[in-house]
Amino acid sequence: MMATQAKSFTSGKVLSDLADEDERIVVLTADLGYSNRTIEFAERHPDRFFNLGIAEHNMVTAAAGLATIGFVPYVATFASFLGLLCCEQIRTDLAYPNLPVRMIAHHAGISLGYYGTSHHATEDIGIMRSIANVKIVCPVDTVSLEQALRQTVSVEGPVYFRVGRGRDPDVYQSSDEWKFGKISRLKEGKDALIIANGHMVPEACEAAKVLQSTGIDVAVVDLHTIEPLDKRGLRELLSRVNTVFVAEEHNTRSGVASTVADTIVDERLSNIRLVRIGFPSDEYSIIGAPYYLYKHYGLDSDGIVKVVTRELKK
Amino acid sequence: MNMQKMDYDHLIERARFIRTETIRLIQVAKSGHYTSVFSAAEILSTLYYHEMRVNSDPKWQDRDRLVLSKGHVAVGVYPILADLGYFPKSWLDTYAQIGSALGDHPDMRKVPGIDFSSGSLGHGLSIGVGMALGLKLKKSPARVFVLLGDAEMNEGQIWEAAQAAAHYKLGNLIGIIDRNSMGLDGMTEEVMGIEPLEDKWRSFGWRTTTCDGHAIPELVKAFEEFRKHPDGPQMLIANTIKGKGLKFMEESRVWHLGYLHGSDAENAIRELSKE
Repeated sequence: MMATQAKSFTSGKVLSDLADEDERIVVLTADLGYSNRTIEFAERHPDRFFNLGIAEHNMVTAAAGLATIGFVPYVATFASFLGLLCCEQIRTDLAYPNLPVRMIAHHAGISLGYYGTSHHATEDIGIMRSIANVKIVCPVDTVSLEQALRQTVSVEGPVYFRVGRGRDPDVYQSSDEWKFGKISRLKEGKDALIIANGHMVPEACEAAKVLQSTGIDVAVVDLHTIEPLDKRGLRELLSRVNTVFVAEEHNTRSGVASTVADTIVDERLSNIRLVRIGFPSDEYSIIGAPYYLYKHYGLDSDGIVKVVTRELKK
Repeated sequence: MNMQKMDYDHLIERARFIRTETIRLIQVAKSGHYTSVFSAAEILSTLYYHEMRVNSDPKWQDRDRLVLSKGHVAVGVYPILADLGYFPKSWLDTYAQIGSALGDHPDMRKVPGIDFSSGSLGHGLSIGVGMALGLKLKKSPARVFVLLGDAEMNEGQIWEAAQAAAHYKLGNLIGIIDRNSMGLDGMTEEVMGIEPLEDKWRSFGWRTTTCDGHAIPELVKAFEEFRKHPDGPQMLIANTIKGKGLKFMEESRVWHLGYLHGSDAENAIRELSKE
């Protein structure tokens, strides 16, 4: 019986390819090599792979030590145990000295389903946004993950890659559709704008098709790079519509919607209404497999269609 | 090969230099960790002026590294770095002043000679593990020394690093615990006991020795022994006296953080210079 292979967990392969050319790259994990597929890196570059066991604080700080010797370390574990558990290490050991440690925070959001809140991360974009020097990227599929990794190898300072469970449908076909730091425009539309992130990107694309059939013409973009934010692109997109929906697998109080809200206020954009679609900000998840949780919390195409239809009627 | 007595005298004199300079720098700041530096003065002297392979080039790839896991010892390290030529002596006069490179905790981005920024207790040994792994991968002869506090042993991350160092057989990693028996709130054994310390490190797979942390010949000999065992991480528990050097500071809880006003500072420097 074959275990299901998470389709877009190709970081092991991509990093191995990059490491063939770049001797600075090393990879670390915290006993999750078989989950995040970094064991594929271990097979191809055994001397540059370090499993540090279930000791995430040590892993992140040791990566900082490796960076001072001239290496470019990639650390990989669940988003809850990277963005939340290692917040201080990220800020004090990576961001403050501005070291080039890359973090692959996988199974973000509620994608670990009935494992429950201890394994969920619906606050991590908010936390990483609070920390100066941390770049934040949310690649959704195989193509975007490869591009995100390739395009940021030599970026200064720490990078936080927020990825799901590797089962999201493909969004991008070719590498030139995804650029680090640039909003990806997926569909034009004049009635409203949906800014989607991560898991919600393919869901928003699907929702747009359904909405189109009911006569609602929405634009869809992927705001994958939260930091550095494509302020110019965002401002231009926001100036074209009266209503913007932000759809994310993150709480609605501190993530992508908040980022957009900051821009609306800072750029003094008037006549624009912001509607937040995300995990509720004042509660923790009920039990359920991811598919059912997404349905329950409206974090799928049906949920987006419902909210957009309702809000545009007002 | 035995060290000449003359060399011991030089190291003893440098330890005195560290103490008097610490008093001089804290004069400017008006508050500081005298006693945490005083307990480590002989350790720092032995490391910088005898054991470590360093020169004034902070970027030398194969230099020995020193991680100040007890980062608040920095005020005693800056004078050494200036003396060794890492930066101008005039910087010392700016200690803790607005815009200075020199603060209570060391900043690797601002101070040449500091191998890692520290201050948050418990991180330093993990930094050491990362550096040691990296140096081993690069086949560098450089070694990594980590100066730890004893109250710092309460931090869980220390023990994560301890496991990793033993598992990866990091023979290029050496820890030194400044066992001065006190934290801020009092004796370590009263606040949050760490004994049996030697047993703990040994059981975590570290080759562990204890010595008198104020006896330079013992420190020199301990490091000499360490060089003979490159097969795994090693820990030196240096028994010290917090505030060593000034009678009224020695083993006084209230002097973890303090200030020597005006003539008190002059008297203190005079007392230190008498030895």
